[in-house]
Order: sequence, then C-alpha cells, then structure tokens
Amino acid sequence: MRFTNWADFFNMGGHGFYVWLSYGVTFILLLACIILGWRRHQILIDRIRRIAEQKNNASHS
Amino acid sequence: MFNSLFKYLSRRFHQWGSPKYFYEYASRWLPWLAFFSTMILMFGLVWGLAFAPPDYQQGDSFRIIYIHVPAASLGMSIYVFMAIASVVSWVWKIKLADMLAKSCAPLGAVFTAIALITGAIWGKPTWGTWWEWDARLTSMLILFFLYMGIIALRSAINQREIAAQATGVLALVGLINLPIIKYSVDWWNTLHQSATFKLLEKPAMPPEMWLPLLISLLGFYCLFAWLVLFYTRNEILEREAKSQWLRAQVLK
Repeated sequence: MRFTNWADFFNMGGHGFYVWLSYGVTFILLLACIILGWRRHQILIDRIRRIAEQKNNASHS
Repeated sequence: MFNSLFKYLSRRFHQWGSPKYFYEYASRWLPWLAFFSTMILMFGLVWGLAFAPPDYQQGDSFRIIYIHVPAASLGMSIYVFMAIASVVSWVWKIKLADMLAKSCAPLGAVFTAIALITGAIWGKPTWGTWWEWDARLTSMLILFFLYMGIIALRSAINQREIAAQATGVLALVGLINLPIIKYSVDWWNTLHQSATFKLLEKPAMPPEMWLPLLISLLGFYCLFAWLVLFYTRNEILEREAKSQWLRAQVLK
C-alpha cells in the first residue's frame, strides 16, 4: 500500500487535482456512453412494441 | 480437408453476418462483458491508484497512465477495426459490418477524447503546459477530427448504402494517420515519451507499475467490446424494427 490514510490518498503527493480530474472526466464520459446507449435501447424497444400492438389491433378489427 | 475447413469458416462468417444470429449472441454476452469489464477495471485501477509505487520523477501524477494509455490505445485500435468493418461491408455487402462500423465511430471519438484530455491534464504538472503542437499530440487531435468527420458525414447522407460507402472511403483514407501517430515519438523530437509496451523489449518500469496497466488495458478493451455489441444491437433494433423474428425476440 502506497498511502497510509485517506487524506494522503486524495492528496496524491500534491498532484491530487490532476489525478482526480483525469479519473473524474474519464468516468463521466464513459458513463455518458452507457446511459445514452441504454436510453436509445429503451426507445427502440418501445417502438417495436408499438408496431406489434398496431399489427395486433389491425388483425383483430 | 482444407475444403471442408473453408466451408465451415465461410458458413460461420455468414452466420455472424446475419443480424438475427448476432442479436441472439450479443444479448447473451452483454451481461457477462458488463460484469467482467467492471471487475477487471476496478481491480486494475485500484491497484494502479493505491498500490503501485510512485514514479521517481513524476511522483503520483504518473497514475494518470492507467487511463491515458488504454484510452489512447483503444482510440487507435477502434479506428483500425472500424476501417476493416467498412471494407467488409462494402466488398461483401454485409449489413452487419456497416452497423459495427457505425457503432465504432462515437466510441472511438470518446476514447480519443479521453486520451487527449487526460494527456493535457497530465502534461500540466509534468511538462508545465496543457498543450503543445507536438507531433504525437497533433496527430492524435487529427484522429479525433477524423472520427468527428466520419460521424458528421454519415448523419449528412440519408441513403444508407451511400452513407456506408462514403464513410468507408473516409475511414480508409484516414488510416494513413495511424502509423504517423504510432511512430511520431520516434520520427520527430517530441515531448511525449515513447511506448510503454513494446513487442520485443521489457518495459522500462518495474512489474508493480506495468502489471496494473496491463490489467487496466484488458478492462478497457472489455468495456469497448461491451459497448460496441450494445450499440450494434441498438442499430439492429432500429434497422430491423419491422422484422418478424426481431418482434418475436423483443416480445419474448
């Protein structure tokens, strides 16, 4: 273990700002990729469900 | 014997090219890829952040390497993958290859952006500047613009086949940038250090430093595999929305 306590860990030998900014930006960008993909997935699934319902209604009436 | 092997391979190839087959396999693998990429990344990054020894010159700022190098490596690998997928889509007219190529562009742009941003942040304490118009940095910025150009070109063309061809040509022309990025640190005087991992040499750092980097690289590639399958499956959901088999899969 390189650090003895949490304060040391966050301080990163004085370079905390640079290290945590890098990791933070990376985390946010990757999370955005996941969330955008997931939202698009939901929208597309809903669309297919709607098409299926319309077909169902059309064949019953 | 070779004949039957060839037949087997070409059958697999065509099976893989079918959206139905891909949809089923991607759906089965996605949860596993999500699980493994999270686990591997957490393991590699915690090791790199908290357990690896500090650099004798840079102190703890060198820990940015554990995201900077994997992101930069992916930015370039995704580009090659995308160019190959484009060529396949347009030589063999395999629709799935174009869906893969389309999914690659935004992901490649994001990983390249991560490499550029973390590089700039790392440059400040190490070189004393956020940005320098140096060969490695400039060629990497061009890679980012190539991705953006490919995304813009595709969204500007309504017809799918023409969009696939046009972006394919642009991707192929842009390939010339990759050897320039790779060898920029050897060809020109640059601030940027040379590659950490080389094929035939031992890394200059001790194993406690490069092992977590190797694990983080693996985690990032897993994450990309997950995202590209996820995005391509979305693409199938969009393009095949009216297919019977897809409706059956979704309503299952």
